[in-house]
Amino acid sequence: MESLLFVFSEIYKILFLLIPVLVTVAMIVWFDRRVWALVQKRRGPNVVGPFGLFQSLADALKYLFKEIIIPASSNKIIFILAPIVTMTLALVAWAVIPFGENLVIADINVGILYLFAVSSLGVYGIIMGGWASNSKYPFLGAIRSAAQMVSYEVSIGVIIINVLLCVGSLNLTDIVLAQKNIWFIIPLFPMFVIFFISALAETNRPPFDLPEAEAELVAGYQTEYSGMMYAMFWLGEYANILLMCALGSILFLGGWLSPLNISPFNLVPSPFWLIFKILLLFLLFALVKAIVPRYRYDQLMKLGWKIFLPFSLIWVVLTASYLIYFDLLPKV
Amino acid sequence: MIAHSIFFYFFSLIAIVSAIMVTASKNTVHSVFFLILDFISISCLFIMIGAEFLGMIMLIVYVGAVAVLFLFVVMMLNVAQQKNEWFSARESSSHIPIGLLVSLVIFVELIIVVGGWKYKPELLNSISLNISSELTNTQSLGNVIYTDFIHLFQLSGMILLVAMIGAIVLTFRHRSGLKRQSYFKQISREKSDGVEIVKVKKNEGVKIDV
Repeated sequence: MESLLFVFSEIYKILFLLIPVLVTVAMIVWFDRRVWALVQKRRGPNVVGPFGLFQSLADALKYLFKEIIIPASSNKIIFILAPIVTMTLALVAWAVIPFGENLVIADINVGILYLFAVSSLGVYGIIMGGWASNSKYPFLGAIRSAAQMVSYEVSIGVIIINVLLCVGSLNLTDIVLAQKNIWFIIPLFPMFVIFFISALAETNRPPFDLPEAEAELVAGYQTEYSGMMYAMFWLGEYANILLMCALGSILFLGGWLSPLNISPFNLVPSPFWLIFKILLLFLLFALVKAIVPRYRYDQLMKLGWKIFLPFSLIWVVLTASYLIYFDLLPKV
Repeated sequence: MIAHSIFFYFFSLIAIVSAIMVTASKNTVHSVFFLILDFISISCLFIMIGAEFLGMIMLIVYVGAVAVLFLFVVMMLNVAQQKNEWFSARESSSHIPIGLLVSLVIFVELIIVVGGWKYKPELLNSISLNISSELTNTQSLGNVIYTDFIHLFQLSGMILLVAMIGAIVLTFRHRSGLKRQSYFKQISREKSDGVEIVKVKKNEGVKIDV
């Protein structure tokens, strides 16, 4: 009986996290389109509901009623599995995101490694979709995307090492608590910039949206997908973007901590600050989409391997030397 | 405890079945996908015995990077047709004894290790390090790798580096006639080497030599 209650309370907690995440995903799609439109002096979606807020729900309804077409020559099981993998991986990662002290579903020792592992698994949804479609454009898109995601993961990993050197723990709660005095964005500002750009590449956002470059590859790995399966790819992609924003705010912007530890700020409940920071980072993502032209593929690879990787490696050496010289290494 | 053993048997069943399917499935790409499933369930088993660092590194390195390269190669080579030819050919039967020999060696090694662990546990204690249960295994690994085993650690890094450079050297070929973009050249172009102002004579035109 007790174990049953335990299971129910855990399920309740998980739903309490996942449903807001899914609703937020729908809302940020609308937000993204509005920001994009405003930069280009358009109105954007503003018809359905107040300010067009229900546009995403209307879109979802439309996708639900569309026919799901599975190409005859495709590999059917993998074709169906691909969007499910993308969506699931984007959602399971939220288990370790702390929204406040003790406000986390799974407070595990290796939280940051878990996040990194799940985001590196995200590439499989795309490869599976591209290969199973059994068609040229999706396959080329998938290969591009896999190469891109694997290369930028390397620099994200090195950036995470920078932060870990200053924290001395792989636990996400410890990482946030280590920023009580100063957020890591101030001492590690160059790393934050590189993290942000790598996150853009990791989530296939413009200017690095080569996997679905519509001018060359129709729609990349999503070409053969339709109806709800296409919508799942799309939702998974936005959930991944939100996750990257959450990771950025935990690593560099002090997670749930308030900007100043004085009266009006620290009275606000902690989840609010994390959500505020996630949305702030997402605003940057949306602005970049509107104002930066798409990269060429060789430029993308050059940026990842020849500029970001050496620079972040040198920064690891610098951080480590600084910490050792001034005896600031965190004591375990 | 019951839940623990249920999960253990669940993951090990998936691991064994997918390991068999790696060799049994006809389509090579399916084999790689089963290999990935195998890696994932093995890393779940690692996490269950409390080696969470090893499990996560397994996911990141093997599933996130190595298996992706596997998939790349297999998808690009179109091995599916080749494999069918191998199976139909007579010579394929000559691979079977070698495979049996390798699996026999691995089996004997496993028996030796497990038998030693079962019947002479004190032997194992004499060669393994004391790990305090208070530290997380990430910390205890870090305490050992960079101090006691620093030379082995550096050596393995060097071996990987040599392998990487070797692979690059073997596959690198400089193709002539390729047009590459050089930012330095583009930016350092002056008006004087790009544009020439010519006085054109009537009825003669300009001779252009490229």
